[in-house]
Amino acid sequence: MPVKGMPVRRPQTPGLLSTTYLPSIFKGMWITLRHIFRPKVTMQYPEEKWTLPDNYRGLPVLVKDDDGRTKCVACFLCEYVCPPKAITIQAREITTGVEKGPRTFDINMLRCIMCGYCEEVCPEQAIFLSKTYNLVGVSREQMIFDKEKLLEMGGVRHDPIRKWGRLLDPVGAARAAAPASEAGR
Amino acid sequence: MSDMQPAPPPFRPVPPADEDALHGETMVINMGPSHPSTHGVLRLVLRIDGEVITAVQPHLGYLHRGMEKIAEGMTYNQFVPYTDRLDYLAPLSNNVAYILAVEKLFGLTVPPRARVIRVLCCEIARISAHLLWLGTGALDLGAATVFFHTFRERETLYNLIESLTGGRLTTSYTRVGGLASDLPDGWVEKLRTFTRTFPAALDELDGLLTGNRIWMKRTQGIGVIGAADAVAMSMTGPNLRGSGVAYDVRKTEPYLGYEQYDFEVPIGSTGDVFDRYLVRMEEMRQSTRILAQALEGIPEGPIAVDDPKITLPRKDRVLTSMEELIQQFMIVTEGVRGPVGEVYHAIEAPKGELGFYVKSEGDKSPYRLHIRSPSFISLQAIEKMSVGGLVSDLIAVIASLDPVMGEVDR
Ligand code: SF4
Ligand code: SF4
Repeated sequence: MPVKGMPVRRPQTPGLLSTTYLPSIFKGMWITLRHIFRPKVTMQYPEEKWTLPDNYRGLPVLVKDDDGRTKCVACFLCEYVCPPKAITIQAREITTGVEKGPRTFDINMLRCIMCGYCEEVCPEQAIFLSKTYNLVGVSREQMIFDKEKLLEMGGVRHDPIRKWGRLLDPVGAARAAAPASEAGR
Repeated sequence: MSDMQPAPPPFRPVPPADEDALHGETMVINMGPSHPSTHGVLRLVLRIDGEVITAVQPHLGYLHRGMEKIAEGMTYNQFVPYTDRLDYLAPLSNNVAYILAVEKLFGLTVPPRARVIRVLCCEIARISAHLLWLGTGALDLGAATVFFHTFRERETLYNLIESLTGGRLTTSYTRVGGLASDLPDGWVEKLRTFTRTFPAALDELDGLLTGNRIWMKRTQGIGVIGAADAVAMSMTGPNLRGSGVAYDVRKTEPYLGYEQYDFEVPIGSTGDVFDRYLVRMEEMRQSTRILAQALEGIPEGPIAVDDPKITLPRKDRVLTSMEELIQQFMIVTEGVRGPVGEVYHAIEAPKGELGFYVKSEGDKSPYRLHIRSPSFISLQAIEKMSVGGLVSDLIAVIASLDPVMGEVDR
């Protein structure tokens, strides 16, 4: 399909007055000076900080549920999907009914690109991207965050769906089972 | 430098030695790779005769990351974050370009809502990339004020991008078959406000530069490339249009429903730095028009195809139902498998025609991926544009070509 272009308008050859450069200078000054009376847009970081959106992707962290249980079940999905291979997990058997959990869970923050894929694929909602964006360390070892550090950063996340409710809390089983079956089991 | 190509014929005949003993004695110097005006790690080896350039040779590869090879080892979705790092001034349009090529391979059609959001993404990326080009380009030529004004406007767009995708630069927003997330609340209104206020801000920038005599002297007649040469070098985008060739992938091979939008393709006449500048300024206006039109009718509906073999299931279903849990595992580990075949799909990215060539053997990752990056091809023209000019004009030429090394080196 032939395209009809729209020729851009080149300004006329400047007149005699403009050879003095004065018109350009005054016009530029006028435009610039008008901005003195407009609201300031500069932010005085770090005294002043901007509000991050809810879906902001900062450092990935691990979370616990309301009962204080580490939600991760060491399914290795995040380790698999992580494009720069920042996550290293070792699994272990645990006795609380869920059967499997992480023995170690390391994220190399020097490799992590905060893409959010781990959060997207996690079938347990155990890993989230926090709003932390400043990352400081003095050695490469310090930048590898282990399970304890990640859990401490993540804290507790309340969720409406308590997937393992009936295993961990038999009393509340009936309560938890009802919405689950409605959701289409 | 022994690896220099034979110098092209000099701009003017070398004067006889007795006229000026200094003429004719050339010197080879490096410009870059860490020079503020080379916009990244571009290294130019110049041969100069006094201030006059007699040969230019770009040396590339300082930012090579082997992206095309990396793509062969991961699923189609996993490669999306890598495309952010091609033209890092317009990551959203790279995301879209890549995913459109993959979807063409798969023969997928995304829902209308996703298509419109992708158009918004592409045009936001174009405006923000051109704003950065304008700010830094003017800064290179000594007009520092413009830089602050463009960054103020660009900040608005980056805040919108941040609230849409969760990242300002590393957007990773598209997925095979759709998008990563839907529009956040209030986003459309904010973008609409921007489309209303931006033309005035652009007029101000126009006022600072377009009629300015200093700016005109530094850009008019500099870095000229004719239409035939530009086409022969397969230049695309504003660099080609500055030479008067009306080629725009959005018009010639419309994708994402661009044929429904009413916009013009600005072209220049002489192909100098000033023309490329005027073309990009007008493109920002046209992009604002497209944004305003696209915002008028964002269809309701899903943002991804509903195909359990392609898109991840909803999180609440993954948590409660066995089938979706298995589906989640299958899509993540087995990836989305494409048919055997090869496709090429290009979009009009801010820098020109950004194309992805994907060859698939039916696996979860491409057998071969090639990226046709517009900046890489535009860089060929540097020699043509700057030989015979002054070293200070070379700065204007680089700025007007707007190369981004992330996509030149890949
Ligand atoms: S955010 Fe991305 S890079 Fe970082 S750990 Fe998660 S998947 Fe890996
Ligand atoms: S995907 Fe979730 S549950 Fe699986 S290993 Fe990673 S954090 Fe743990």
